[in-house]
Amino acid sequence: MEFVVQSMVMGIAVGSIYALIALGFALLFKATKVLNLAHGELVLFGGYLAIALTGVLPFPLAVLGTLVIAALLGFAVERVIMRPLFGQPLLSVIIVTLALGYIIRGLMVGIWGGDTRQFPPVLPAGLIRLGGAQVPQLGIWSALTAILLLAAFGLFFKMTYLGIAMRAAANEQLTASTLGVSLTRVVAYAWAFAAIAAAIGGVLLGLWLGVNVALGFVGLKALAAVILGGLDSIPGAILGGFIVGLVENLIGGYIDAHIIYGFKDITAFLIILAVMMIRPYGLFGTEHIERL
Amino acid sequence: MLQVEDLHVSFKGVQALRGVSFSVEPGEILGIIGPNGAGKTSVLNCINGFYRPQRGRIIFHGKEITHLPPDARAAMGIARTFQNIALYRGMSVLDNIMSGRIHHMRSNLLACGLWFGPAQREHTAHRRVVEEIIDFLEIEEYRYHPVADLPYGIQKKVELGRALAMEPRILLLDEPMAGMSVDEKMDMARYILELKEVRGLPILLIEHDMGVVMDISDRLIAMDYGVKIAEGPPSEIQNHPAVIQAYLGEEAG
Repeated sequence: MEFVVQSMVMGIAVGSIYALIALGFALLFKATKVLNLAHGELVLFGGYLAIALTGVLPFPLAVLGTLVIAALLGFAVERVIMRPLFGQPLLSVIIVTLALGYIIRGLMVGIWGGDTRQFPPVLPAGLIRLGGAQVPQLGIWSALTAILLLAAFGLFFKMTYLGIAMRAAANEQLTASTLGVSLTRVVAYAWAFAAIAAAIGGVLLGLWLGVNVALGFVGLKALAAVILGGLDSIPGAILGGFIVGLVENLIGGYIDAHIIYGFKDITAFLIILAVMMIRPYGLFGTEHIERL
Repeated sequence: MLQVEDLHVSFKGVQALRGVSFSVEPGEILGIIGPNGAGKTSVLNCINGFYRPQRGRIIFHGKEITHLPPDARAAMGIARTFQNIALYRGMSVLDNIMSGRIHHMRSNLLACGLWFGPAQREHTAHRRVVEEIIDFLEIEEYRYHPVADLPYGIQKKVELGRALAMEPRILLLDEPMAGMSVDEKMDMARYILELKEVRGLPILLIEHDMGVVMDISDRLIAMDYGVKIAEGPPSEIQNHPAVIQAYLGEEAG
């Protein structure tokens, strides 16, 4: 029982961060149809950069600076790499994101080395008791932050001009352009938002687990979450994030502790396999029906 | 007000347009007819910016727009509908028409949905415009229905409504009556005429139903194989030998 409560809390905590990272991934996919295989490296970038900045700035400013730089990186990737590739086969563009990911990862390791780096203690550490289980306080704080940010993103898409324009373009690109939505602007902002969401994910996970190269692989878990939810569904991506977090901690955690160690990290990918066999378009994705 | 000069468009060697020129005058309905593949939709795609012609110019209200992206042209007041309906299928009629207001929201970062202050007042103003359009098109009862569930004829009306919500200065309609029943076609023809007569809105119209297009157009252009083969009032086009030949084939000429 203790194990279940503890795993659920941990699952929701990690899941909320996955959800945030997956949101960025799904948003970019909706707006551009590009599977960004460098998303995990953007997470890594956020974590490393925030740690480096906390060395010279107070923590809140360091986080703010990280987000601004992440947004600039997003804009730059779109302007310098993606825009010239416009109109090229999608597969080529996706392979380019793979290369971009390796470059970012290589640079991060080159600059900051391979050891795990820690944030200075800014959030209250230690354990708190919850329903008979012991849960790290840090997890609760980062989960709250992630949930708050998810809500903020939700409001942004519902209430701001840019958010509405982005949704319009994500649904029907050409139609949106005939309504006066600038597609180049929307795509640029989609990259910036993807980079920001990833960087926040990197900071939150980094606060909790520390930052090393392995953090980049969380991008693949976000991919699992997004595929689970249905590639073109943003609520699906968020729910997918929570499900991956929960399954990983409940089932993966159990198998890890009792059967074979190291299973936890592959549960997300087993979920992808299972989902793709039963619902290839994901839980909430659009089912494509082609008439022949 | 809209001049199209010598448009050339080709796709990998296939020439879709080979030197099309015409102009739309203020307050007129200009019909484009021609067999399938004549290049009618390509003309609209050039005007609204989906295609960049390899040669030729497009001038709207004295300004050359040939190289502007579609959104810039939309902001200048060029609105269009599509041959295959392109609505946001999961959204309601109201929200779809509201999406035509997007470029009028530009002034205000917090566009809609806030329930106080200037954003709320702006939202009310947009809603008023949308409600007038819903009244005009007589689709009040469908206001909150998702468009995907509605009959084809109603969806066509919603698409027209969304274009009107942009408060355009010219309307490009690509087969607004395709697939409609006779009653629905008569309704649509009535709306189009009313837009011209009451609002003085110039309309460029592609339509296959000869009866309707002859009835409502002030002037007609006939196209075949990417060129304009005739231009004039409907009565003249009806009996134009080149037009008859285009529709009936070589021997009939």
